Amino acid sequence: METTLKNISRRNFIKLSGLTGTALTLGFSFSASANELDIWNASAAESSGVELNAWISIDTNGKVTLLNHRSEMGQGSFQSVPQMIAEELEVALDQVNIIFAPGNGRKYGSQVTGGSSTIRGSYKKLLRLGASAREMLIETAAKKWGVNKSECYAENGSVIHRASGKKFHYGELVTEAAKLEPPKEIALKNPKDYKLIRKPLPRQDTPMKVNGKAVFGLDFKLPGMLYAVVERSPRFQGKVIKWDDTETKKVPGVKHVLKVTRDEFGNMREGVAVVADNTWAAMQGRKALKIEWDDTAFPHHSTEELYAKMREQVKGEMISFRTMGNTTSAFAKAEKKVEATYETPYESHSCMEPLNCVAHVTDDKIEIWGPIQGPDWIQQNICSHFKLPPEKVIVNMTFLGGGFGRKAFTDYPYEAVMISKEIKAPVQVIWTREDDMTIGPFRPGMVYQCKGAVTGSGRIGSFETKISGQNMDMQNPGADKTSYNGSDTEGFLEGYFESIPHYSFGDSPLDSPVPVMWWRSVYSSTNAFAFESFIDEMAVQAGKDPIDFRRQHLGERYQLLMNKLEQVTGWKERGKNTGYGVAITECFSSIVGEVVKVSKTAEGKIKIDKVWAVMDCGWYVNPDIIKAQVEGSIVMALGAATKHETTFKDGKAVERNFDAYKMPRIQDIPEIEVHIMDNEEKAGGVGEPGLPPFTPALTNAIFDLTGTRIRRLPFSLDKIG
Amino acid sequence: MASITLKLNNKNYTIEADPKMPLLWAIRDLAGLTGTKYGCGIAQCGACTVHLEGVPVRSCSIPVSSAANKNITTIEGLSTDNSTAVQRAWILEQVPQCGYCQSGQIMAASALLKRNPNPTDKDIDAAMQGHICRCGTYPRIRKAIKTAAQLMTQK
Repeated sequence: METTLKNISRRNFIKLSGLTGTALTLGFSFSASANELDIWNASAAESSGVELNAWISIDTNGKVTLLNHRSEMGQGSFQSVPQMIAEELEVALDQVNIIFAPGNGRKYGSQVTGGSSTIRGSYKKLLRLGASAREMLIETAAKKWGVNKSECYAENGSVIHRASGKKFHYGELVTEAAKLEPPKEIALKNPKDYKLIRKPLPRQDTPMKVNGKAVFGLDFKLPGMLYAVVERSPRFQGKVIKWDDTETKKVPGVKHVLKVTRDEFGNMREGVAVVADNTWAAMQGRKALKIEWDDTAFPHHSTEELYAKMREQVKGEMISFRTMGNTTSAFAKAEKKVEATYETPYESHSCMEPLNCVAHVTDDKIEIWGPIQGPDWIQQNICSHFKLPPEKVIVNMTFLGGGFGRKAFTDYPYEAVMISKEIKAPVQVIWTREDDMTIGPFRPGMVYQCKGAVTGSGRIGSFETKISGQNMDMQNPGADKTSYNGSDTEGFLEGYFESIPHYSFGDSPLDSPVPVMWWRSVYSSTNAFAFESFIDEMAVQAGKDPIDFRRQHLGERYQLLMNKLEQVTGWKERGKNTGYGVAITECFSSIVGEVVKVSKTAEGKIKIDKVWAVMDCGWYVNPDIIKAQVEGSIVMALGAATKHETTFKDGKAVERNFDAYKMPRIQDIPEIEVHIMDNEEKAGGVGEPGLPPFTPALTNAIFDLTGTRIRRLPFSLDKIG
Repeated sequence: MASITLKLNNKNYTIEADPKMPLLWAIRDLAGLTGTKYGCGIAQCGACTVHLEGVPVRSCSIPVSSAANKNITTIEGLSTDNSTAVQRAWILEQVPQCGYCQSGQIMAASALLKRNPNPTDKDIDAAMQGHICRCGTYPRIRKAIKTAAQLMTQK
């Protein structure tokens, strides 16, 4: 296997992929008007002046180069994107080179790797692209042999004439094939015939991740590159009044001290950068800095104040998002009423690779390298700040040491660009772990007040949720703060909307200077705890088995998932002295059910014995990557449920490093068993949907075992009544 | 500043450094070997783990001066071809997701298996609990250590 990983410019890609008229290169064009997808071959596109995003190129040696337009932050797009194209192209993955596309939204469509969207957003296009190239190669071979193309087929990088066994390697066909028009109509393979898709193929990036060769943002170096760390206001919106760098400049290796700004949701934040010839010197120089901050213009919130406000706000008027019927009167008339308030904490993303970015600003262009989830956003952001056209701003993605939403944010590259421009040298800005944990943005803390009615027959009669928490969309200056949060129902099963007669979801946004941002599975990561705990509370009121209680409201696709859950967990035969909890959530077009089994240790602590997950993500590519993503989602949820929380005191984040922000460790992890539903539904997301159901399944299991209902996170498994 | 000789993966590197500089930054910025990662700087996450005279240590918390002239092995020094049992097991079990913490995890697992070729779950917990993986690859790390132990007996 030869997988090269290079960050490339367009010219380099052309060189690498042999796009000189002797190669077959296919790509898409996104016409401005339509969603219609045009597949072009490169030479035709060039002569028509169509800008093409080059996805596949096959050179005369038969070498295939594929471009991955999405970030690789652990979720496996590095594997699954080529696995899809190679399937229809009929090549083995070891015949393929994979390279990352540079940031360019105009060419690649959205590259923001978020919303579990890489596959569900583009799989049909990628399959069609692979199939188009294959058909053009078959057509070329058939012509050369003077036979009908239906007599030929493609396999393993060659076209074969069925009757005679004659064979052309793709490399022998590309020059001719490049002159053809891509076919308009193309039949995709029947999933039954898949050779690569749905197979647990090993990831192409694994070998370079076990020997130190994978280049993450922090590992990227340029000749003459300097290293910078930045002292940012410890309170979120502080401004620099003045600083004294006398001691800083005495640190050997320190080269520059300068004020920098950072664009956080359109608000300019301030800091002082120390630039040195190595990271350590920059860190030492920063310690010696004395900065006076003006932080009088905004409130200095504590965790207690934030939650007191949210608890107050859920009692008041909501901005209504989605309603049906009349929950107020249904609740008033209900035989059995259930009421509960749930609270979820602020959290840090804490990617293992702290934020960093390399920038090199020269007279004619800006070039950036880094662990970047949103290269196209960053390109737009830099273009607009520095008033440059897109071709002069090159954004290169390295591997990401975790992302989880944080690295889709555009603040950290901007800072690096600013410093490089000022000092006229390439520079890497490194966030220390303390910076990473205290500057934010964070997952917002939330309070949910739920009221529900259970009917005489034991069904959900009404379901009302009032939510308070910071709205991530309301942080830009001039944001409309009167609009509802469109994510109020994220995580809730779509099927419930069809069967619950009265429901209402509304929110009351909290105003605070604490910056907030997507955190793996976004609002579902907290909504689901409230929704699925509350459904469990209603099931208890109804006196029904929690799966049966859900079952009476849900359609066939959910029924199949619940059947599978019951079957794999032995739900109906579950024993005494153990607690079982279930939760089912839906987000990013995937449905996931999880069951947690808990027991009590001799010391009276809760032990998680096992977790089962059933993932229904519809059409899928690589089952092993899906399993890994669900395992990882469960571990991340376990941390946020039972280990860590970001708190605030006097306007500052308290937890600064892993000594205070405690992470789950190997001894905390139960056995996890993941199953995937096989169906022909549309492809759903994989990287996030496994996270939301874990926590309510766990707390529902603890209730089942102990009768103690947990309504605030995080909690300690060692201290349950 | 002092002139210090680092013996990294059986190769000598002479560097000019503040003797108090953590070994991690000397390895990464001055010797240019970037497989060893920065994760926390306070010996809490294990991403920076290297072997010092065969013993796993947190390179973020050891001054470079105290590692001078001693044998240091980093992830790059395990093998040039992913041929060690631990690396092979990591590939077989498809452990890495983002991969950032895995250098440290692999260095810890290699040291564990060297002193205990057949570790129990408890042994694995004890040896690996200093290592954080935010992607949550822990179940596969455990499995891969057991697979590596088997691979070692097959040789």
